[in-house]
Amino acid sequence: MQKYWHVIKIGFENTLVYRVNFFVRAAFGLIPLLATIYLWRAVYRGQSSQIAGYSLAGMTSYYLLVTIVDTLTAVNEDDWQIAADIKDGNISQFLLKPINYLAYRLCLFFSGRIIFTAVSLVPVGCFVFFMRKYLVAPPDGTALGCFLLATLLTGLLQFFMSYTMALAAFWLLEVSTFIFIMFAFEYIAGGHLFPLNILPPAVEQALNCTPFPYLLFFPVSVYLGQVKGAALWQGLGMEAGWTLLFYLLARAVWNRGIRKYSAVGG
Amino acid sequence: MPESSNFTARLRRYAVIYHALWRNSVVREMSFKSNFLLWIVVEVLWFALQLCFIGVIYLHTDHIATWTKWEVVLLVGASHFIQQIFQAFFLTNCTQLSDLIRTGRLDFMLLLPVNTRFLISLRQVDLGGFVNAASALAVMAYAARQLHAMPSAAQILGFLLLSAAGIFIHYSLMFLLASVAFWTVRAQGIVWGYYSLFNVARLPDAAFQGFFRAFFTFAIPMLLVANVPAQLLLNRLESPGPMLLLFGMGGACFFVSELFWRFSIRRYTSASA
Repeated sequence: MQKYWHVIKIGFENTLVYRVNFFVRAAFGLIPLLATIYLWRAVYRGQSSQIAGYSLAGMTSYYLLVTIVDTLTAVNEDDWQIAADIKDGNISQFLLKPINYLAYRLCLFFSGRIIFTAVSLVPVGCFVFFMRKYLVAPPDGTALGCFLLATLLTGLLQFFMSYTMALAAFWLLEVSTFIFIMFAFEYIAGGHLFPLNILPPAVEQALNCTPFPYLLFFPVSVYLGQVKGAALWQGLGMEAGWTLLFYLLARAVWNRGIRKYSAVGG
Repeated sequence: MPESSNFTARLRRYAVIYHALWRNSVVREMSFKSNFLLWIVVEVLWFALQLCFIGVIYLHTDHIATWTKWEVVLLVGASHFIQQIFQAFFLTNCTQLSDLIRTGRLDFMLLLPVNTRFLISLRQVDLGGFVNAASALAVMAYAARQLHAMPSAAQILGFLLLSAAGIFIHYSLMFLLASVAFWTVRAQGIVWGYYSLFNVARLPDAAFQGFFRAFFTFAIPMLLVANVPAQLLLNRLESPGPMLLLFGMGGACFFVSELFWRFSIRRYTSASA
Protein backbone atom coordinates (compact mmCIF):
# COMPACT_ATOMS: atom_id res chain seq x y z
CA MET A 1 0.00 0.00 0.00
CA GLN A 2 2.85 2.28 0.82
CA LYS A 3 4.16 2.30 -2.72
CA TYR A 4 0.83 3.70 -3.98
CA TRP A 5 0.97 6.37 -1.33
CA HIS A 6 4.32 7.24 -2.81
CA VAL A 7 2.77 7.42 -6.28
CA ILE A 8 0.19 9.89 -4.97
CA LYS A 9 2.98 12.05 -3.61
CA ILE A 10 4.81 11.94 -6.94
CA GLY A 11 1.52 12.81 -8.59
CA PHE A 12 1.17 15.90 -6.39
CA GLU A 13 4.64 17.06 -7.30
CA ASN A 14 4.24 16.40 -11.01
CA THR A 15 0.88 18.11 -11.30
CA LEU A 16 2.01 21.10 -9.29
CA VAL A 17 4.31 21.84 -12.21
CA TYR A 18 1.19 22.47 -14.26
CA ARG A 19 -0.49 24.71 -11.72
CA VAL A 20 -0.44 27.76 -13.97
CA ASN A 21 -1.96 25.69 -16.75
CA PHE A 22 -4.68 24.45 -14.43
CA PHE A 23 -5.40 27.92 -13.18
CA VAL A 24 -5.71 29.30 -16.68
CA ARG A 25 -7.83 26.39 -17.77
CA ALA A 26 -10.21 26.77 -14.84
CA ALA A 27 -10.40 30.54 -15.31
CA PHE A 28 -10.97 30.39 -19.07
CA GLY A 29 -13.51 27.62 -18.59
CA LEU A 30 -15.71 30.05 -16.69
CA ILE A 31 -16.20 32.27 -19.73
CA PRO A 32 -18.39 29.88 -21.74
CA LEU A 33 -20.21 29.01 -18.52
CA LEU A 34 -20.99 32.66 -17.89
CA ALA A 35 -22.06 33.05 -21.53
CA THR A 36 -24.43 30.08 -21.21
CA ILE A 37 -25.97 31.47 -18.03
CA TYR A 38 -26.50 34.85 -19.72
CA LEU A 39 -27.99 33.13 -22.72
CA TRP A 40 -30.56 31.41 -20.49
CA ARG A 41 -31.29 34.73 -18.81
CA ALA A 42 -32.16 36.16 -22.22
CA VAL A 43 -34.45 33.17 -22.85
CA TYR A 44 -36.21 33.66 -19.50
CA ARG A 45 -36.54 37.39 -20.11
CA GLY A 46 -38.73 36.49 -23.08
CA GLN A 47 -41.20 34.43 -21.06
CA SER A 48 -40.50 34.85 -17.36
CA SER A 49 -41.96 31.52 -16.28
CA GLN A 50 -40.52 28.06 -15.79
CA ILE A 51 -38.84 26.01 -18.48
CA ALA A 52 -39.34 22.26 -18.08
CA GLY A 53 -39.61 22.70 -14.31
CA TYR A 54 -36.57 24.99 -14.03
CA SER A 55 -36.86 28.55 -12.81
CA LEU A 56 -34.04 30.91 -13.82
CA ALA A 57 -32.48 30.42 -10.37
CA GLY A 58 -32.81 26.64 -10.73
CA MET A 59 -31.18 26.73 -14.16
CA THR A 60 -28.30 28.86 -12.86
CA SER A 61 -27.67 26.57 -9.91
CA TYR A 62 -27.67 23.62 -12.32
CA TYR A 63 -24.71 25.13 -14.17
CA LEU A 64 -22.93 26.04 -10.94
CA LEU A 65 -23.14 22.43 -9.77
CA VAL A 66 -22.02 21.19 -13.18
CA THR A 67 -18.89 23.31 -12.75
CA ILE A 68 -18.25 21.99 -9.26
CA VAL A 69 -18.76 18.30 -10.14
CA ASP A 70 -16.76 18.70 -13.34
CA THR A 71 -13.85 20.26 -11.44
CA LEU A 72 -13.87 17.39 -8.97
CA THR A 73 -14.19 14.50 -11.40
CA ALA A 74 -13.24 15.30 -15.01
CA VAL A 75 -10.32 13.52 -16.61
CA ASN A 76 -8.11 15.96 -18.41
CA GLU A 77 -4.58 14.84 -19.12
CA ASP A 78 -4.73 11.24 -17.93
CA ASP A 79 -5.98 9.65 -21.14
CA TRP A 80 -3.33 11.40 -23.27
CA GLN A 81 -0.60 10.37 -20.86
CA ILE A 82 -1.73 6.73 -20.81
CA ALA A 83 -1.82 6.60 -24.60
CA ALA A 84 1.63 8.21 -24.73
CA ASP A 85 2.99 5.74 -22.13
CA ILE A 86 1.90 2.85 -24.35
CA LYS A 87 3.14 4.42 -27.58
CA ASP A 88 6.53 5.37 -26.18
CA GLY A 89 7.05 2.05 -24.44
CA ASN A 90 7.02 3.53 -20.93
CA ILE A 91 4.73 0.81 -19.63
CA SER A 92 7.48 -1.81 -19.99
CA GLN A 93 8.76 -0.91 -16.53
CA PHE A 94 5.34 -1.65 -15.01
CA LEU A 95 5.41 -5.13 -16.46
CA LEU A 96 8.65 -5.76 -14.62
CA LYS A 97 7.85 -4.10 -11.30
CA PRO A 98 5.38 -5.30 -8.69
CA ILE A 99 3.07 -2.37 -9.31
CA ASN A 100 -0.26 -2.41 -11.05
CA TYR A 101 -0.52 0.12 -13.86
CA LEU A 102 -4.24 0.70 -13.37
CA ALA A 103 -3.77 1.38 -9.65
CA TYR A 104 -0.79 3.58 -10.46
CA ARG A 105 -2.81 5.67 -12.92
CA LEU A 106 -5.75 5.83 -10.50
CA CYS A 107 -3.45 7.27 -7.83
CA LEU A 108 -2.15 9.85 -10.30
CA PHE A 109 -5.73 10.67 -11.31
CA PHE A 110 -6.72 11.26 -7.68
CA SER A 111 -3.71 13.40 -6.90
CA GLY A 112 -4.25 15.33 -10.14
CA ARG A 113 -7.89 15.99 -9.24
CA ILE A 114 -6.95 17.19 -5.77
CA ILE A 115 -4.39 19.65 -7.12
CA PHE A 116 -6.73 20.77 -9.90
CA THR A 117 -9.54 21.35 -7.40
CA ALA A 118 -7.23 23.24 -5.07
CA VAL A 119 -5.98 25.47 -7.89
CA SER A 120 -9.51 25.99 -9.25
CA LEU A 121 -10.71 26.98 -5.82
CA VAL A 122 -9.72 30.56 -6.54
CA PRO A 123 -11.46 31.16 -9.90
CA VAL A 124 -14.36 28.71 -9.37
CA GLY A 125 -14.77 29.80 -5.76
CA CYS A 126 -14.95 33.47 -6.78
CA PHE A 127 -17.46 32.60 -9.46
CA VAL A 128 -19.69 30.57 -7.17
CA PHE A 129 -19.46 33.31 -4.54
CA PHE A 130 -20.46 35.88 -7.15
CA MET A 131 -23.49 33.75 -8.03
CA ARG A 132 -24.10 32.55 -4.45
CA LYS A 133 -27.75 33.57 -4.30
CA TYR A 134 -28.46 30.87 -6.91
CA LEU A 135 -26.60 28.15 -5.08
CA VAL A 136 -29.24 26.21 -3.21
CA ALA A 137 -28.52 23.74 -0.42
CA PRO A 138 -29.46 20.11 -1.03
CA PRO A 139 -32.98 19.34 0.27
CA ASP A 140 -31.82 16.99 3.07
CA GLY A 141 -28.92 15.02 4.51
CA THR A 142 -29.71 11.93 2.42
CA ALA A 143 -29.45 13.98 -0.77
CA LEU A 144 -26.13 15.43 0.35
CA GLY A 145 -24.71 12.03 1.32
CA CYS A 146 -25.91 10.42 -1.90
CA PHE A 147 -24.51 13.38 -3.88
CA LEU A 148 -21.05 12.82 -2.39
CA LEU A 149 -21.24 9.09 -3.08
CA ALA A 150 -22.52 9.69 -6.62
CA THR A 151 -19.72 12.22 -7.25
CA LEU A 152 -17.10 9.71 -6.10
CA LEU A 153 -18.58 7.08 -8.41
CA THR A 154 -18.65 9.63 -11.24
CA GLY A 155 -14.94 10.23 -10.75
CA LEU A 156 -14.24 6.51 -10.91
CA LEU A 157 -16.48 6.00 -13.93
CA GLN A 158 -14.83 8.94 -15.71
CA PHE A 159 -11.45 7.43 -15.01
CA PHE A 160 -12.26 3.85 -16.04
CA MET A 161 -13.94 4.98 -19.27
CA SER A 162 -11.01 7.20 -20.24
CA TYR A 163 -8.52 4.52 -19.25
CA THR A 164 -10.25 1.92 -21.43
CA MET A 165 -10.41 4.39 -24.30
CA ALA A 166 -6.71 5.26 -23.98
CA LEU A 167 -5.77 1.57 -24.08
CA ALA A 168 -6.83 1.64 -27.73
CA ALA A 169 -3.27 2.90 -28.20
CA PHE A 170 -2.19 -0.78 -28.08
CA TRP A 171 -3.82 -1.24 -31.47
CA LEU A 172 -3.93 2.24 -33.01
CA LEU A 173 -1.23 4.76 -33.75
CA GLU A 174 -3.44 7.77 -33.07
CA VAL A 175 -6.11 7.69 -30.38
CA SER A 176 -6.68 11.41 -29.89
CA THR A 177 -9.50 11.54 -32.45
CA PHE A 178 -11.33 8.75 -30.61
CA ILE A 179 -10.84 10.51 -27.31
CA PHE A 180 -12.35 13.69 -28.78
CA ILE A 181 -15.28 11.76 -30.27
CA MET A 182 -16.08 10.19 -26.91
CA PHE A 183 -15.66 13.55 -25.22
CA ALA A 184 -18.21 15.05 -27.63
CA PHE A 185 -20.78 12.41 -26.64
CA GLU A 186 -19.99 12.91 -22.99
CA TYR A 187 -20.33 16.66 -23.39
CA ILE A 188 -23.85 16.57 -24.75
CA ALA A 189 -25.23 13.33 -23.28
CA GLY A 190 -23.63 13.91 -19.88
CA GLY A 191 -25.40 17.21 -19.31
CA HIS A 192 -22.54 19.71 -19.75
CA LEU A 193 -24.45 21.84 -22.23
CA PHE A 194 -27.95 21.67 -20.75
CA PRO A 195 -29.87 19.67 -18.12
CA LEU A 196 -30.92 16.37 -19.68
CA ASN A 197 -34.43 16.58 -18.25
CA ILE A 198 -35.36 19.48 -20.52
CA LEU A 199 -35.12 17.07 -23.45
CA PRO A 200 -38.22 15.28 -24.77
CA PRO A 201 -38.94 12.39 -22.31
CA ALA A 202 -38.27 9.69 -24.92
CA VAL A 203 -34.77 11.05 -25.60
CA GLU A 204 -34.06 11.39 -21.90
CA GLN A 205 -35.12 7.79 -21.23
CA ALA A 206 -32.95 6.56 -24.07
CA LEU A 207 -29.97 8.44 -22.62
CA ASN A 208 -30.58 6.88 -19.23
CA CYS A 209 -29.76 3.50 -20.75
CA THR A 210 -26.23 4.74 -21.54
CA PRO A 211 -23.43 5.46 -19.05
CA PHE A 212 -23.23 9.14 -20.12
CA PRO A 213 -25.70 10.71 -17.64
CA TYR A 214 -23.66 9.17 -14.82
CA LEU A 215 -20.58 11.07 -15.96
CA LEU A 216 -22.05 14.36 -14.69
CA PHE A 217 -25.81 14.77 -14.77
CA PHE A 218 -26.73 12.18 -12.17
CA PRO A 219 -24.84 13.60 -9.15
CA VAL A 220 -26.05 17.09 -10.04
CA SER A 221 -29.68 16.00 -10.18
CA VAL A 222 -29.25 14.18 -6.86
CA TYR A 223 -27.94 17.38 -5.28
CA LEU A 224 -30.85 19.38 -6.67
CA GLY A 225 -33.30 16.87 -5.17
CA GLN A 226 -34.70 15.85 -8.55
CA VAL A 227 -34.18 12.15 -7.88
CA LYS A 228 -35.71 10.85 -4.69
CA GLY A 229 -36.76 7.65 -2.96
CA ALA A 230 -36.59 4.46 -4.98
CA ALA A 231 -35.32 6.25 -8.09
CA LEU A 232 -32.36 7.55 -6.10
CA TRP A 233 -31.25 4.10 -4.93
CA GLN A 234 -31.90 2.65 -8.35
CA GLY A 235 -29.78 5.41 -9.92
CA LEU A 236 -26.93 4.84 -7.51
CA GLY A 237 -27.13 1.12 -8.25
CA MET A 238 -26.99 1.78 -11.98
CA GLU A 239 -24.03 4.10 -11.52
CA ALA A 240 -22.17 1.54 -9.42
CA GLY A 241 -23.00 -1.08 -12.06
CA TRP A 242 -21.57 1.02 -14.89
CA THR A 243 -18.47 1.77 -12.83
CA LEU A 244 -17.90 -1.92 -12.13
CA LEU A 245 -18.53 -2.81 -15.75
CA PHE A 246 -15.95 -0.31 -16.99
CA TYR A 247 -13.48 -1.45 -14.35
CA LEU A 248 -13.78 -5.02 -15.60
CA LEU A 249 -13.61 -3.86 -19.20
CA ALA A 250 -10.49 -1.83 -18.46
CA ARG A 251 -8.80 -4.91 -16.99
CA ALA A 252 -9.89 -7.15 -19.84
CA VAL A 253 -8.68 -4.70 -22.49
CA TRP A 254 -5.38 -4.29 -20.65
CA ASN A 255 -4.84 -8.06 -20.54
CA ARG A 256 -5.48 -8.36 -24.26
CA GLY A 257 -3.42 -5.29 -25.09
CA ILE A 258 -0.42 -6.47 -23.15
CA ARG A 259 -0.29 -9.58 -25.35
CA LYS A 260 -0.14 -7.33 -28.41
CA TYR A 261 2.36 -4.94 -26.86
CA SER A 262 5.80 -4.93 -28.43
CA ALA A 263 7.59 -2.35 -26.23
CA VAL A 264 8.48 0.04 -29.01
CA GLY A 265 11.30 2.29 -27.90
CA GLY A 266 11.15 0.83 -24.39
CA MET B 1 9.96 53.30 -59.41
CA PRO B 2 12.50 51.09 -57.64
CA GLU B 3 10.48 51.31 -54.43
CA SER B 4 7.39 49.61 -55.84
CA SER B 5 9.24 47.06 -57.95
CA ASN B 6 11.14 46.17 -54.82
CA PHE B 7 7.81 45.64 -53.10
CA THR B 8 6.39 43.42 -55.84
CA ALA B 9 9.57 41.37 -55.90
CA ARG B 10 9.25 40.81 -52.18
CA LEU B 11 5.61 39.90 -52.56
CA ARG B 12 6.50 37.41 -55.26
CA ARG B 13 9.23 35.88 -53.12
CA TYR B 14 6.83 35.38 -50.21
CA ALA B 15 4.22 33.89 -52.56
CA VAL B 16 6.78 31.36 -53.77
CA ILE B 17 7.70 30.47 -50.17
CA TYR B 18 4.07 30.13 -49.19
CA HIS B 19 3.43 27.91 -52.19
CA ALA B 20 6.19 25.56 -51.02
CA LEU B 21 4.84 25.50 -47.46
CA TRP B 22 1.39 24.70 -48.79
CA ARG B 23 2.70 21.84 -50.91
CA ASN B 24 4.53 20.38 -47.89
CA SER B 25 1.34 20.47 -45.87
CA VAL B 26 -0.65 18.65 -48.53
CA VAL B 27 1.95 15.90 -48.71
CA ARG B 28 2.03 15.61 -44.92
CA GLU B 29 -1.77 15.42 -44.57
CA MET B 30 -2.15 12.87 -47.32
CA SER B 31 0.30 10.51 -45.69
CA PHE B 32 -2.12 10.08 -42.76
CA LYS B 33 -5.36 9.78 -44.70
CA SER B 34 -7.51 7.98 -42.13
CA ASN B 35 -6.40 10.38 -39.43
CA PHE B 36 -7.26 13.28 -41.70
CA LEU B 37 -10.79 11.92 -42.17
CA LEU B 38 -11.22 11.19 -38.45
CA TRP B 39 -10.39 14.77 -37.53
CA ILE B 40 -13.12 15.91 -39.91
CA VAL B 41 -15.54 13.56 -38.11
CA VAL B 42 -14.52 15.10 -34.78
CA GLU B 43 -15.15 18.63 -36.02
CA VAL B 44 -18.48 17.73 -37.64
CA LEU B 45 -19.57 16.10 -34.38
CA TRP B 46 -18.74 19.18 -32.30
CA PHE B 47 -20.50 21.41 -34.82
CA ALA B 48 -23.59 19.17 -34.69
CA LEU B 49 -23.45 19.35 -30.91
CA GLN B 50 -23.62 23.16 -30.95
CA LEU B 51 -26.57 23.00 -33.30
CA CYS B 52 -28.28 20.49 -30.98
CA PHE B 53 -27.88 22.92 -28.09
CA ILE B 54 -29.61 25.65 -30.11
CA GLY B 55 -32.29 23.14 -31.13
CA VAL B 56 -32.94 22.17 -27.49
CA ILE B 57 -33.21 25.80 -26.35
CA TYR B 58 -35.72 26.53 -29.10
CA LEU B 59 -37.83 23.57 -28.00
CA HIS B 60 -38.72 25.77 -25.03
CA THR B 61 -38.83 29.26 -26.52
CA ASP B 62 -39.32 30.87 -29.93
CA HIS B 63 -36.81 33.66 -29.59
CA ILE B 64 -33.61 34.55 -27.71
CA ALA B 65 -33.61 38.33 -27.26
CA THR B 66 -34.71 39.28 -30.80
CA TRP B 67 -33.21 36.28 -32.58
CA THR B 68 -35.31 33.49 -34.06
CA LYS B 69 -34.16 29.89 -34.36
CA TRP B 70 -32.89 29.89 -37.94
CA GLU B 71 -31.17 33.23 -37.47
CA VAL B 72 -29.16 31.73 -34.61
CA VAL B 73 -28.43 28.64 -36.71
CA LEU B 74 -27.04 30.91 -39.43
CA LEU B 75 -24.96 32.70 -36.80
CA VAL B 76 -23.59 29.41 -35.43
CA GLY B 77 -22.77 28.42 -39.02
CA ALA B 78 -20.99 31.73 -39.68
CA SER B 79 -19.01 31.37 -36.47
CA HIS B 80 -18.00 27.83 -37.38
CA PHE B 81 -17.00 28.96 -40.88
CA ILE B 82 -14.75 31.69 -39.48
CA GLN B 83 -13.27 29.40 -36.84
CA GLN B 84 -12.51 26.67 -39.37
CA ILE B 85 -10.80 28.96 -41.88
CA PHE B 86 -8.78 30.34 -38.97
CA GLN B 87 -7.88 26.78 -37.97
CA ALA B 88 -6.93 25.90 -41.53
CA PHE B 89 -4.38 28.70 -41.80
CA PHE B 90 -3.19 29.53 -38.30
CA LEU B 91 -4.24 27.34 -35.39
CA THR B 92 -1.61 24.56 -35.49
CA ASN B 93 1.09 27.10 -36.15
CA CYS B 94 0.13 29.19 -33.13
CA THR B 95 -0.07 26.16 -30.82
CA GLN B 96 3.37 25.01 -31.95
CA LEU B 97 5.14 28.22 -31.02
CA SER B 98 5.69 27.06 -27.44
CA ASP B 99 7.32 23.86 -28.74
CA LEU B 100 9.57 25.86 -31.05
CA ILE B 101 10.73 27.91 -28.10
CA ARG B 102 11.13 24.98 -25.72
CA THR B 103 13.19 22.90 -28.15
CA GLY B 104 15.21 25.83 -29.44
CA ARG B 105 14.14 25.22 -33.04
CA LEU B 106 13.14 28.86 -33.14
CA ASP B 107 16.85 29.72 -33.52
CA PHE B 108 16.86 28.09 -36.91
CA MET B 109 13.85 30.09 -38.03
CA LEU B 110 15.30 33.35 -36.82
CA LEU B 111 18.31 32.72 -39.04
CA LEU B 112 16.30 32.24 -42.23
CA PRO B 113 16.15 35.27 -44.51
CA VAL B 114 12.37 35.68 -44.20
CA ASN B 115 10.13 37.43 -41.74
CA THR B 116 10.01 35.12 -38.72
CA ARG B 117 6.44 35.90 -37.80
CA PHE B 118 5.35 35.09 -41.38
CA LEU B 119 7.11 31.74 -41.24
CA ILE B 120 5.84 30.78 -37.78
CA SER B 121 2.28 31.81 -38.51
CA LEU B 122 1.88 30.12 -41.88
CA ARG B 123 4.19 27.09 -41.73
CA GLN B 124 1.44 24.48 -41.94
CA VAL B 125 -1.96 24.39 -43.55
CA ASP B 126 -4.65 22.24 -41.96
CA LEU B 127 -6.64 21.11 -44.99
CA GLY B 128 -9.45 19.60 -42.93
CA GLY B 129 -10.42 23.13 -41.95
CA PHE B 130 -11.54 23.86 -45.50
CA VAL B 131 -13.75 20.77 -45.59
CA ASN B 132 -15.33 21.80 -42.27
CA ALA B 133 -15.77 25.37 -43.47
CA ALA B 134 -17.72 23.97 -46.43
CA SER B 135 -20.03 22.08 -44.05
CA ALA B 136 -20.58 25.34 -42.16
CA LEU B 137 -21.53 27.09 -45.41
CA ALA B 138 -24.01 24.30 -46.18
CA VAL B 139 -25.70 24.79 -42.79
CA MET B 140 -25.80 28.55 -43.38
CA ALA B 141 -27.38 28.08 -46.81
CA TYR B 142 -30.01 25.77 -45.32
CA ALA B 143 -30.79 28.28 -42.55
CA ALA B 144 -31.07 31.09 -45.12
CA ARG B 145 -33.57 28.99 -47.07
CA GLN B 146 -35.64 28.41 -43.95
CA LEU B 147 -35.68 32.18 -43.44
CA HIS B 148 -36.57 32.80 -47.12
CA ALA B 149 -33.56 35.09 -47.22
CA MET B 150 -31.71 35.52 -50.50
CA PRO B 151 -28.56 37.54 -49.84
CA SER B 152 -27.39 39.77 -52.68
CA ALA B 153 -23.94 39.50 -54.25
CA ALA B 154 -22.89 42.64 -52.36
CA GLN B 155 -24.00 41.08 -49.08
CA ILE B 156 -22.04 37.90 -49.79
CA LEU B 157 -18.94 39.90 -50.69
CA GLY B 158 -19.38 41.96 -47.53
CA PHE B 159 -19.80 38.77 -45.51
CA LEU B 160 -16.52 37.40 -46.86
CA LEU B 161 -14.63 40.63 -46.13
CA LEU B 162 -16.03 40.84 -42.60
CA SER B 163 -15.24 37.16 -42.04
CA ALA B 164 -11.68 37.83 -43.11
CA ALA B 165 -11.49 40.57 -40.47
CA GLY B 166 -12.91 38.12 -37.91
CA ILE B 167 -10.31 35.49 -38.84
CA PHE B 168 -7.64 38.15 -38.47
CA ILE B 169 -8.88 38.95 -34.95
CA HIS B 170 -8.79 35.26 -33.96
CA TYR B 171 -5.29 34.98 -35.38
CA SER B 172 -3.95 38.13 -33.70
CA LEU B 173 -5.33 37.21 -30.27
CA MET B 174 -4.20 33.59 -30.51
CA PHE B 175 -0.72 34.66 -31.59
CA LEU B 176 -0.62 37.09 -28.70
CA LEU B 177 -1.46 34.26 -26.27
CA ALA B 178 1.06 31.95 -27.94
CA SER B 179 3.78 34.58 -27.43
CA VAL B 180 3.29 34.21 -23.69
CA ALA B 181 5.36 31.04 -24.19
CA PHE B 182 8.44 33.27 -24.11
CA TRP B 183 7.75 33.75 -20.40
CA THR B 184 6.33 30.43 -19.22
CA VAL B 185 7.38 27.16 -20.79
CA ARG B 186 3.99 25.51 -20.53
CA ALA B 187 1.99 27.98 -22.55
CA GLN B 188 0.02 25.37 -24.42
CA GLY B 189 -2.75 25.43 -21.83
CA ILE B 190 -3.09 29.14 -22.37
CA VAL B 191 -3.45 28.66 -26.09
CA TRP B 192 -6.13 26.01 -25.61
CA GLY B 193 -7.87 28.37 -23.22
CA TYR B 194 -8.61 30.46 -26.26
CA TYR B 195 -10.91 27.67 -27.37
CA SER B 196 -13.32 28.73 -24.63
CA LEU B 197 -13.68 32.07 -26.36
CA PHE B 198 -15.04 30.47 -29.53
CA ASN B 199 -18.04 29.53 -27.41
CA VAL B 200 -18.82 33.20 -26.93
CA ALA B 201 -18.37 34.07 -30.62
CA ARG B 202 -21.26 31.90 -31.77
CA LEU B 203 -23.90 33.40 -29.48
CA PRO B 204 -26.21 36.26 -30.50
CA ASP B 205 -24.86 39.56 -29.14
CA ALA B 206 -28.35 40.81 -28.22
CA ALA B 207 -28.55 38.14 -25.51
CA PHE B 208 -25.85 39.93 -23.51
CA GLN B 209 -25.90 43.15 -21.58
CA GLY B 210 -23.75 45.34 -19.46
CA PHE B 211 -20.12 44.61 -18.69
CA PHE B 212 -20.01 41.19 -20.36
CA ARG B 213 -21.20 42.62 -23.66
CA ALA B 214 -18.90 45.66 -23.50
CA PHE B 215 -15.90 43.50 -22.60
CA PHE B 216 -16.44 41.03 -25.42
CA THR B 217 -17.05 43.85 -27.90
CA PHE B 218 -14.34 46.37 -27.12
CA ALA B 219 -11.67 44.46 -25.17
CA ILE B 220 -11.80 40.96 -26.69
CA PRO B 221 -14.13 41.46 -29.67
CA MET B 222 -15.64 37.96 -29.68
CA LEU B 223 -19.16 39.31 -30.03
CA LEU B 224 -18.17 41.08 -33.26
CA VAL B 225 -16.24 38.31 -35.02
CA ALA B 226 -19.22 36.24 -36.17
CA ASN B 227 -22.16 38.44 -35.22
CA VAL B 228 -21.37 41.29 -37.61
CA PRO B 229 -20.91 39.12 -40.73
CA ALA B 230 -24.03 37.09 -39.88
CA GLN B 231 -26.07 40.21 -39.20
CA LEU B 232 -25.07 41.63 -42.57
CA LEU B 233 -26.52 38.54 -44.26
CA LEU B 234 -29.63 38.67 -42.08
CA ASN B 235 -30.29 42.38 -42.82
CA ARG B 236 -30.04 43.10 -39.10
CA LEU B 237 -27.47 45.89 -39.37
CA GLU B 238 -29.04 49.32 -39.13
CA SER B 239 -25.85 51.31 -39.60
CA PRO B 240 -22.34 50.61 -40.91
CA GLY B 241 -21.01 51.26 -37.38
CA PRO B 242 -20.55 47.59 -36.33
CA MET B 243 -18.76 46.82 -39.61
CA LEU B 244 -16.32 49.68 -39.13
CA LEU B 245 -15.84 48.60 -35.53
CA LEU B 246 -15.00 45.04 -36.63
CA PHE B 247 -12.41 46.27 -39.13
CA GLY B 248 -11.02 48.73 -36.58
CA MET B 249 -10.74 46.08 -33.88
CA GLY B 250 -9.04 43.77 -36.38
CA GLY B 251 -6.37 46.39 -36.98
CA ALA B 252 -6.02 47.15 -33.27
CA CYS B 253 -5.66 43.47 -32.30
CA PHE B 254 -3.00 42.93 -34.95
CA PHE B 255 -1.11 46.03 -33.84
CA VAL B 256 -1.08 44.91 -30.20
CA SER B 257 0.00 41.37 -31.06
CA GLU B 258 2.82 42.69 -33.29
CA LEU B 259 4.04 44.98 -30.50
CA PHE B 260 4.01 42.11 -28.03
CA TRP B 261 5.75 39.81 -30.50
CA ARG B 262 8.59 42.28 -31.07
CA PHE B 263 8.90 42.84 -27.33
CA SER B 264 8.99 39.06 -26.70
CA ILE B 265 11.45 38.16 -29.43
CA ARG B 266 13.91 40.66 -28.01
CA ARG B 267 13.78 38.74 -24.78
CA TYR B 268 14.37 35.35 -26.41
CA THR B 269 17.63 33.78 -25.32
CA SER B 270 17.32 30.37 -26.99
CA ALA B 271 16.85 27.08 -25.18
CA SER B 272 19.03 24.74 -27.16
CA ALA B 273 22.31 23.48 -25.87
